[in-house]
Amino acid sequence: MTLLSVQNLRVSFDTEAGLVEAVRGVSFSLGRERLGIVGESGSGKTQTGRAVLRLIRPPGRIEADRMDFDGQNLMTASEREMRALRGRRIAMVMQDPKYSLNPVMKVGAQLMEGLRQRDRLGRAEAHAKAVAALDAVQIRDPERVMEAYPHELSGGMGQRVMIAMMLIPDPDLLIADEPTSALDVTVQAEVLSILDGLVRTRGMGLIFISHDLRLVARFCDRVLVMFKGRVVEELAARDLMQARHPYTQGLLNCLPRIGGPRVPLPALDRNAEWAR
Amino acid sequence: MAELAAWLRDPSPKSRLQARLGQGYMGWLRFRRNPLAMIGLLIVMLLLVVAALAPVLAPHDPITQDLRMRLLPPLTEGHILGTDDFGRDILSRLIMGSRITLFIIAMVAVTAPLFGMLVGTVAGYFGGLVDEVLMRLTDIFLAFPKLILALALVAVLGPGMENAVLAIALTSWPPYARVARAETLTVRNSDYIAAVRLQGAGAGRIILGHVMPMCLPSVIIRVTLDMAGVILIAAGLGFLGLGVQPPMPEWGAMISAGRKYLFEQWWVATMPGLAIFIVSLGFNLLGDGLRDVLDPRNSGK
Amino acid sequence: MALIEIDNLSVTFTAKGRPVHAVRGVSLAVGERESYGLVGESGSGKSTILRAICGLAPVSGGTIRIGGQPLPEPRGRAFSRQVQMVFQDPYASLHPRHTIDRTLSEPLAIHGIGETDARVVRALEDVGLPASFRFRFPHQLSGGQRQRVAIARALMLEPKILLLDEPTSALDASVQAETLNLLNRLRAERGLTFLMVSHDLAVIDHMCDRILVMQHGQAVEELPREALAAAAMKTAYAQSLFAASADRMLES
Repeated sequence: MTLLSVQNLRVSFDTEAGLVEAVRGVSFSLGRERLGIVGESGSGKTQTGRAVLRLIRPPGRIEADRMDFDGQNLMTASEREMRALRGRRIAMVMQDPKYSLNPVMKVGAQLMEGLRQRDRLGRAEAHAKAVAALDAVQIRDPERVMEAYPHELSGGMGQRVMIAMMLIPDPDLLIADEPTSALDVTVQAEVLSILDGLVRTRGMGLIFISHDLRLVARFCDRVLVMFKGRVVEELAARDLMQARHPYTQGLLNCLPRIGGPRVPLPALDRNAEWAR
Repeated sequence: MAELAAWLRDPSPKSRLQARLGQGYMGWLRFRRNPLAMIGLLIVMLLLVVAALAPVLAPHDPITQDLRMRLLPPLTEGHILGTDDFGRDILSRLIMGSRITLFIIAMVAVTAPLFGMLVGTVAGYFGGLVDEVLMRLTDIFLAFPKLILALALVAVLGPGMENAVLAIALTSWPPYARVARAETLTVRNSDYIAAVRLQGAGAGRIILGHVMPMCLPSVIIRVTLDMAGVILIAAGLGFLGLGVQPPMPEWGAMISAGRKYLFEQWWVATMPGLAIFIVSLGFNLLGDGLRDVLDPRNSGK
Repeated sequence: MALIEIDNLSVTFTAKGRPVHAVRGVSLAVGERESYGLVGESGSGKSTILRAICGLAPVSGGTIRIGGQPLPEPRGRAFSRQVQMVFQDPYASLHPRHTIDRTLSEPLAIHGIGETDARVVRALEDVGLPASFRFRFPHQLSGGQRQRVAIARALMLEPKILLLDEPTSALDASVQAETLNLLNRLRAERGLTFLMVSHDLAVIDHMCDRILVMQHGQAVEELPREALAAAAMKTAYAQSLFAASADRMLES
């Protein structure tokens, strides 16, 4: 069953320096599966993710032949309808929890805010739900974290709190934009495993946006490789090693490996022709 | 024209000058998108033009008295804005007065921010005892209401335009020192300052070349926003008879003179009041627009 | 004799009235033309060691010697010509209101070195940037290009030692490769000594001859490169770092 279908999505910005086309005709569809979007910075991967939620602010413009989420046309939806979708049915986890959490509000209060206002739950019930959500992201001492301010949390903890917050309304689709690039490697693997487990058990759709092919390959079913605002290759994650497009191959090969040879790493070929 | 724009937009400038001008041009394009800021700019430009061409624009001599033409209402033939209690054309006095207003603004705008910025950046960069001493000094100045302090200073120095400027400048630097210090504290620990320190740069070089450019935008914004206040203080001093001395056509002094006739001949005080209002508004709008363009937090992307 | 000798170094900050021991009794020695890596998670004190060498962090115990000489306090200009640093975040390490030209000519002006124009142009060339970038501002450059400028700046004074603080962790994987290649080329060409910090074992392995694993401000284990490739770590912590390395992900 298709959850999200996007056809010929274009995102452009009319800046002082002229028209900048960030996304140029991207199409994909997504069921209750895990889709990875990979590309270098400036490839339009982040804007694609934001465009699905219509989170592009003017002077940015979104155009698409079709952008449907669960039968609802996102292009014609009113701002009010979009607000009802955002957070509740489509959630987004951003790169750095530092900028996504309110610094002057306790974590618990932030977690409970949505539950109390949107779902009209009582205090005790909201509290229990928030603790359960923290528990689900494997925070050992949820009561203590509930009473903490964001700056008292480590990066990994903060990102787990963000994920917990996003998953409380039980969304159908989660968009994770570089959710772990601000974290240490050991923590990174942990957070991704937690995210992965939650997505699987709840049967959500996941769009995982990253510049790191290795992470995407590990945690997704399907991968879109973006280059200069276009999708250059779409393939199943397990076939990544057999990628045919030279750009995808380049992305794979440019990573250093432990015990690899001491020769210059192959430079990524950025042939402008591929982006036509 | 198109060629010039292309030269300014060139992403790889060939010289320092082109890079500078190109930056300025981009800022101008951003500024132009804000209609209110454009109105502010227009008002300020108008003030500049009027002040520059004052003798040509003024229909009458602003100082010569003519008691036969006393207190004529606005729209009287030859006196669009009416005349005051000595029969002088109000429009002419406003036009000539713009020079005085502009002179005060210019003098204050140059001296106070420079001094304040120096105090603020030095205090912020060195911290410790230097910071303590300089900031407590700033606090002392901030503890008095501006107008009262200016009054006290003028009372000591004696009335007159130069002393008024001096008094206003001496009372308005502390906020700039505060702004510059706050900015310096955030900049001080950044990697680019660490990098230049690692290259062996001394404190003077770092403060002047690296810290001040980062404080400049906030200070400039603050200056334009404060200009309205400066005009009002100058007017206030004039109103109290401590600023520019009669018969010079200073706007504040004109309001003061019109006070006696406020109920019967309202225009005598209202016209200079309107002038002060419009010019203050212009500077405020301009400052808001500049904030969007210059604020380092918005620049870049 | 080693070029960089750090003996029992401790760094203690005071945060909110409490002492924070960022580095606790770390010793290491880096030979001339060697490339030495410091690995650990954030908070392990690895970057603090670099900052302590530069005099940007308070040393509370131990000694740092460069070429056998203890470092003067403040570091002074002679030190600047010996040791330079490349910072982690290229978006924060270039002055946002200075053109590339100004950034690169500043060290020359400080040290009274002439022929600014020729040197700036050559520096850009050396790091593989076109000369047309000279009068651009940092915000007109991509992250990788900025890091190249930062590297060029560090090399303006022709130092012998380059301290690299996670020079590629803020960059895309693909740009990382180009930056690492550039650093390796410059090291070979100029006979530089690297002291590099990273949390990515694969990057450290690619760049360094010897590696020191750090945790909670302390040295855990020193490994030669071969031992890393062979997964021959002795301590459990080094092993867990190795296991979590993103490099392993494609294989599982």
